[in-house]
Amino acid sequence: MKQFISFVKKEFYHIARDKRTLFILLGMPIMQILIFGFALTNEVKNARVAIFDQSKDLATQALRSELDASRYFDITQDVHTYSEIEAAFKKGTIKLAVVFPENFANDLDHFNTAQVQLIADASDPNVANTLTNYATAIVLDYQDRITNNRRLPYTIKTEMRMLYNPQLKGAYSFVPGVMAMVLMLVCTLMTAITIVREKESGTMEIMLVSPMRPFKIVVAKAVPYLLLSVVNITSILLLSVFVLDVPINGSLLLLIFESILFTLTCLAFGLLISTRTDSQQTAMFIALTGMFLPTIMLSGFMFPIENMPLPLRILSNIVPAKWFYYIVKEVMIKGLGISAVWKETLILTGMLLFLLLLSIRNFKIRLA
Amino acid sequence: MASVTVNNITKHYGKKKELTQALRGVSFTVEQGELFGIIGPDGAGKTSLFRILTTLLLPDAGAASVDGLDVVKDFKAIRQRVGYMPGRFSLYQDLTIEENLEFFATIFNTSVSENYDLIKDIYSQIEPFKKRRAGKLSGGMKQKLALCCALIHKPSVLFLDEPTTGVDAVSRKEFWEMLRNLKKQGISILVSTPYMDEASMCDRVALIQNGSILSVDSPEGVIASFKQPLVAVKDRNMLPLLNHLQAFEGTQDVYPFGEYHHVVLKDGYSAAEVSTYLQHQHAQAEVQPVRADIEDCFIALMKSA
Repeated sequence: MKQFISFVKKEFYHIARDKRTLFILLGMPIMQILIFGFALTNEVKNARVAIFDQSKDLATQALRSELDASRYFDITQDVHTYSEIEAAFKKGTIKLAVVFPENFANDLDHFNTAQVQLIADASDPNVANTLTNYATAIVLDYQDRITNNRRLPYTIKTEMRMLYNPQLKGAYSFVPGVMAMVLMLVCTLMTAITIVREKESGTMEIMLVSPMRPFKIVVAKAVPYLLLSVVNITSILLLSVFVLDVPINGSLLLLIFESILFTLTCLAFGLLISTRTDSQQTAMFIALTGMFLPTIMLSGFMFPIENMPLPLRILSNIVPAKWFYYIVKEVMIKGLGISAVWKETLILTGMLLFLLLLSIRNFKIRLA
Repeated sequence: MASVTVNNITKHYGKKKELTQALRGVSFTVEQGELFGIIGPDGAGKTSLFRILTTLLLPDAGAASVDGLDVVKDFKAIRQRVGYMPGRFSLYQDLTIEENLEFFATIFNTSVSENYDLIKDIYSQIEPFKKRRAGKLSGGMKQKLALCCALIHKPSVLFLDEPTTGVDAVSRKEFWEMLRNLKKQGISILVSTPYMDEASMCDRVALIQNGSILSVDSPEGVIASFKQPLVAVKDRNMLPLLNHLQAFEGTQDVYPFGEYHHVVLKDGYSAAEVSTYLQHQHAQAEVQPVRADIEDCFIALMKSA
């Protein structure tokens, strides 16, 4: 036991004395949460809009001020010809143009129908889609209000409620995603590298010719990274609750337990990589392609798994981050308990045991 | 009792096409408390041999024991009791001298104070710098620290793989003196080195070349086995001298040796005949009979093998 503690202490010296790496390890989750929270967001706010109003009547004025009042749009220019609209799109000064034809209010009053044209810059299809949806909603809203005075024979109204995330905030989905990414990066990458570094520097050679059991060496190397991960989990949760207003609806204890389970799985994967590689570069390469890319692509965090072709959907099942991402969403956002995620928890536990067993079996007690 | 026995060990690396034979049937014994040198050039198989004896590699064939324990079967027990210092500096560069020493002491289930006597002479030389990180030490100081770390658990056998490579002449000399002192404590020491001049510091040496042992004997014994007359020749112009000496009928072998050429003569020839032969082209040549040293023996053994 004294051996073990001494080894862990030594490992902490390594981490603490490599200031740059330590800074990255502790700063990365904070940076990522802040970047995802404030810079990288697919919500559209304050899109610049041009208005081509050929009617200039009460109705168009009313719609115009409705658009301007919404936080999605910012009316930045009034144009007077179609060619001006085209020029503005080409220059990139607007994302959306709203065209009111002549006699807009007149048509509405007398023929009960009027047209408004929405022109969007679809070089970014998602943004174009979102903007036209928002604008349509505002127009429909206005129509609702004026028809309230007159009774229509048949109307079906849709009533929407966004459960768990009424404001449709992006943070609700990326906080679990960032957690998976950061834990994976710290645990898998760092453990793999730190063990391989001992091989590279020749210290493993001395450690092997010592009474210290190889398995103890490996576990002792993992302990500091587990603790570091707990620090990271805490900072991510604090930031998301207090800075991004993402609540922890479920049990905090369960959330932390699941995070530690995932951390251990990542550590085991890092150990497995380290038993099979001899250079830090190879270890890093395998950790990045073998764990980081699948975590981003196949965990459902960036791209919805439901829309993927069948082979990818099957493949996504072996990515631990997919299960962890699911668990965190259920527990943190939906506020569900262990009864809702026991299956996923069991799958993660199984992966952990499998990876651990494999790395113990693969650990070399000799040099070759 | 023999401290280390090596019996017909062979070891190869790589697959069929690029097969490298590192050791070809190596055998020798090291007695208890002996300072045993394994001397040979780079690539002779020294490190492979050390790794097999320290249980880091498995031999292809043959058997070896350390302290009576089999290197394959009893590897765990061997790891408890040997000290090993690999060829490359292998301590933690970002830990201080003190931290490294304490770490290795704990790993070997002991403490620095328990065996301080053993390392006192060596450690006292680096102790003034004990707060300095190992990566910032000079070559000689690193060597001393590594030796301290390998000794801290009072091993019964100490394996030192090229401990003096890359260390200056003064530190090398100091290092060998330290080893002679350690020997007095009853520790068997196996040292490998590519420097022939260090052979004389050992009790016995094994000369190794290309995976085979050429000779195992005391340094004096190795030298005594050199029976041929040997002369050292020097002149202003060394290259033509070498060619002329090669053409001499009494020459068995000639090779550059420091600032001289060493000429191994066939039986019945002597320095006088060499002088006469050189009279015309090399009137200034300095010719004198010399005693063979380990390097001469090594070259002779290598050529006859």
